[in-house]
Amino acid sequence: MEQVRLNIDGVDVVTTPDRTILEAAREAGIRIPSLCYDRRMEPYGACRICIVEVEGARGLLPACATRVTDGMVVRTDTEELRRIRRTIIELLLSDHPRDCMTCESAGNCELQDLAYEYGVKETRFPGEEHHYEVLADNPLIERDYDKCVLCGRCIRICREVQGVGVYDFVNRGFEAVPGTPYNRPLTETPCEFCGQCVSTCPTGAIISIPSKGKGRPWQVEKVRTTCPYCGCGCQIDLHVRDGEIIEVSSPVMVGPGEGNLCVKGRYGYSFVHHPDRLTTPLIRKDGELVPATWEEALGMVADRISKALDDKGPDAVAFLSSARCTNEENYLLQKLARAVVGTNNVDHCARL
Amino acid sequence: MTNSIDDLEKAGCILVIGSNTTEGHPIVGLRIKRAVMKNDCKLIVAEPRHIRLCYYADQWIRHRPGTDVALLNGMMNVILAEGLADEEFIRERTEGFEEFRKVVEQYTPERAAEICGVEAEEIRRAARTFAGAPSAAIVYAMGITQHTTGVDNVLSLANLAMLTGNLGKEGAGVNPLRGQNNVQGACDMGALPNVLTGYQPVSDPQAREKFEKAWRVDYLPGNPGLTIMEMVDAALRGEVRVLYIMGENPLLSDPDIRHLREALEKVDFLVVQDIFLTETARYADVVLPAASFAEKEGTFTNTDRRVQRVRKAVEPPGEAREDSWIIAQVASRLGYDMGDVSAPAVMEEIASLTPSYAGISYRRLEELGELRWPCPSPDHPGTPILHVDKFTRGKGKFSPVEYKTPAEEPDSEYPLVLTTGRLLTHYHTGSMTRRVKPLDELVPENRAWINPADAERLGVAADQEVAVESRRGAIKVKARITEKVPPGVVFIPFHFGESPANALTNPALDPVAKIPEYKVAAVRIVTGKAMEGLEYVTA
Ligand code: SF4
Ligand code: SF4
Ligand code: SF4
Ligand code: FES
Repeated sequence: MEQVRLNIDGVDVVTTPDRTILEAAREAGIRIPSLCYDRRMEPYGACRICIVEVEGARGLLPACATRVTDGMVVRTDTEELRRIRRTIIELLLSDHPRDCMTCESAGNCELQDLAYEYGVKETRFPGEEHHYEVLADNPLIERDYDKCVLCGRCIRICREVQGVGVYDFVNRGFEAVPGTPYNRPLTETPCEFCGQCVSTCPTGAIISIPSKGKGRPWQVEKVRTTCPYCGCGCQIDLHVRDGEIIEVSSPVMVGPGEGNLCVKGRYGYSFVHHPDRLTTPLIRKDGELVPATWEEALGMVADRISKALDDKGPDAVAFLSSARCTNEENYLLQKLARAVVGTNNVDHCARL
Repeated sequence: MTNSIDDLEKAGCILVIGSNTTEGHPIVGLRIKRAVMKNDCKLIVAEPRHIRLCYYADQWIRHRPGTDVALLNGMMNVILAEGLADEEFIRERTEGFEEFRKVVEQYTPERAAEICGVEAEEIRRAARTFAGAPSAAIVYAMGITQHTTGVDNVLSLANLAMLTGNLGKEGAGVNPLRGQNNVQGACDMGALPNVLTGYQPVSDPQAREKFEKAWRVDYLPGNPGLTIMEMVDAALRGEVRVLYIMGENPLLSDPDIRHLREALEKVDFLVVQDIFLTETARYADVVLPAASFAEKEGTFTNTDRRVQRVRKAVEPPGEAREDSWIIAQVASRLGYDMGDVSAPAVMEEIASLTPSYAGISYRRLEELGELRWPCPSPDHPGTPILHVDKFTRGKGKFSPVEYKTPAEEPDSEYPLVLTTGRLLTHYHTGSMTRRVKPLDELVPENRAWINPADAERLGVAADQEVAVESRRGAIKVKARITEKVPPGVVFIPFHFGESPANALTNPALDPVAKIPEYKVAAVRIVTGKAMEGLEYVTA
């Protein structure tokens, strides 16, 4: 693709013409604040937080929705821009419950980050505030529109990325919120509980119920791994606090899902800590499975395999490996069958 | 998959057949939806059930379960008759075209339509859309393979792709979606009775010699072993004495539960290594507690051949241990030292013995995040699209495929067709998802999906408990009355042990792939008093 040269805050940047100013800046390590932007969707240009000055342009331009052109000279951080951004933030905060202390999204909230960065403490625009009912009409996703900044990301991700379109702005003017048709509970919409809306909402307006109150971002360690469910192989981050997985997210633009997951990948993790997990070997004694030591259990397995080998030869032993285990484990199991026991009786449930 | 998941968005047309993609493989489903919404890709859905993708489809063909070959032959008949085939591709890159043509010529759209229960015009239209697109991809899943004609179905899809030149290029290909996360990897690793890693045949003396050397053994057996269904029969005949099952729950996933249960009871010694006391583990003589995916290091290979890392995030509970440790312990007690079984070391061994994995290492995966096989050397970038210049076996071979009826067709005694499958919220035998509270709350119970016309005839109301009975057994399940299944068809998901769909399914196998026919079995619905006399199977 052809190349475009531009200058952002005095830095020469070379990129391709399909990039927006915001993308080109981020690639060059220059951070422009944003709120209604998410790489997974088409630019929307609604919140105006990302406005920049472009030499020769009339007015200020939203960096997230403006494509780069050759020779462009861009300024992202002037006094004027900071003043406007501060005003936008103040307006947003004028109708926002300031309960960061208990809000599920604190530490992972783009509005909180903006207020912090721009030092906005008080709003100069006190006025009427919304008090919506918190909607927890299903086991997974909770909505609190008091915290909504009307960025439209939930609406767009559900429509553009998930292809479902559960939400749209309902009501007009001051009362506008992203809602479901006739305010139906999510369980009565075509919602697939993918949680894409949760993952994109910049504030605490849409959150995951199972991870509520379980840990702050700085209290968790994130471990990148591969989803244990279907063959898509989405990349997931397990959020671990004190040895417990408390949430799953997906890195944006990484792996087959590019940051999107399905209900199983995003919410199907707690089986790991289920009390039904087997915690000791079991051996059948007098018809009952009773706890045993590894020594006993492994000894018994080896004895019985040896006995079958002596009595009937290697083909009296058969192994079922697993489409759920890792490559390495599958490799080792067929090696056990072939090299140690001496049989090709090894299969798994691939067909099933 | 011959192509990659990302590549689907480049297709001009996608034929989805035998895959309820948005539920079975949601992220592939998402990419297909996006191809339609953003890129104006023409989507053809061929599926007896009304699935979510039908809402995005240019065309939905509701053919009878088990008639895929007839449908595809019909489409190819139109493509040939209307001169829409890719002559150059056929000439340069394929063989066996003439015999194939003779068979396909017999399948006029009228004849195919009659078999499939659709209109001839629908078949014509699908053929024109598919062949007319600049690139057309085929996506299929277990709805194609889980038939006695599974291999025939797959060969027909390969025929269609070759006939239209849709292999070895972007936005095209024949793309099977694998059921579980690491089916691809389990196959690649030689967890199959007839091949070692990377599909090296056990019957090949050279391959055996290589492995004998590496594994320091004098002799590896060259005769293919038993497939899972054959193991069951051999166990019943007393030939298999010890069965060692790692991480599978065949009692819910296999057809004809009763038969399998007898086999599990019959074997002298059953070892089950798993994270839960599954339905199958309850029959074991020894149960070994394993670590879950979050408690170990390793790799999975996804459906588009991407090898990706699995990383340890938490400790296994109690005394549960990694499967690799357990296997090495068993081996050592049988007098064999497996040496270092840490995941990176094992991958090194795999790479040294497997040409398609030769360039894969933990160091590279750490750096790149993913690698797609074939990756024959440490500087190879991996292969997103297969068969670009040529096929593995040189020329692509057309296979003449005749339509065959399913092994069991509905009759006066068992007048309905049962087809089984998955739900979005649950996974496989449910041992994991049903233990996730919010997921179980979303979909707590099984339902048998019945068309309103059948429901009315049988006098079944919504949520009424009925018995569904086949020649192999009966289960109790509540009815969901929905147009999503066609008249004459009952759909039952197989995730639920209380009402296991696989008590009913037919273990008849595809003669080559040995896959049971999950997608077609003859059943009847029993209501009221008559339900009392039945014996119910639960897993
Ligand atoms: S969970 Fe997914 S389908 Fe449901 S509203 Fe959110 S984005 Fe849409
Ligand atoms: S709910 Fe969240 S994502 Fe949706 S419009 Fe409000 S702030 Fe944006
Ligand atoms: S998140 Fe969903 S689509 Fe992705 S791998 Fe997991 S189960 Fe499959
Ligand atoms: S981030 Fe650019 S307008 Fe909102």
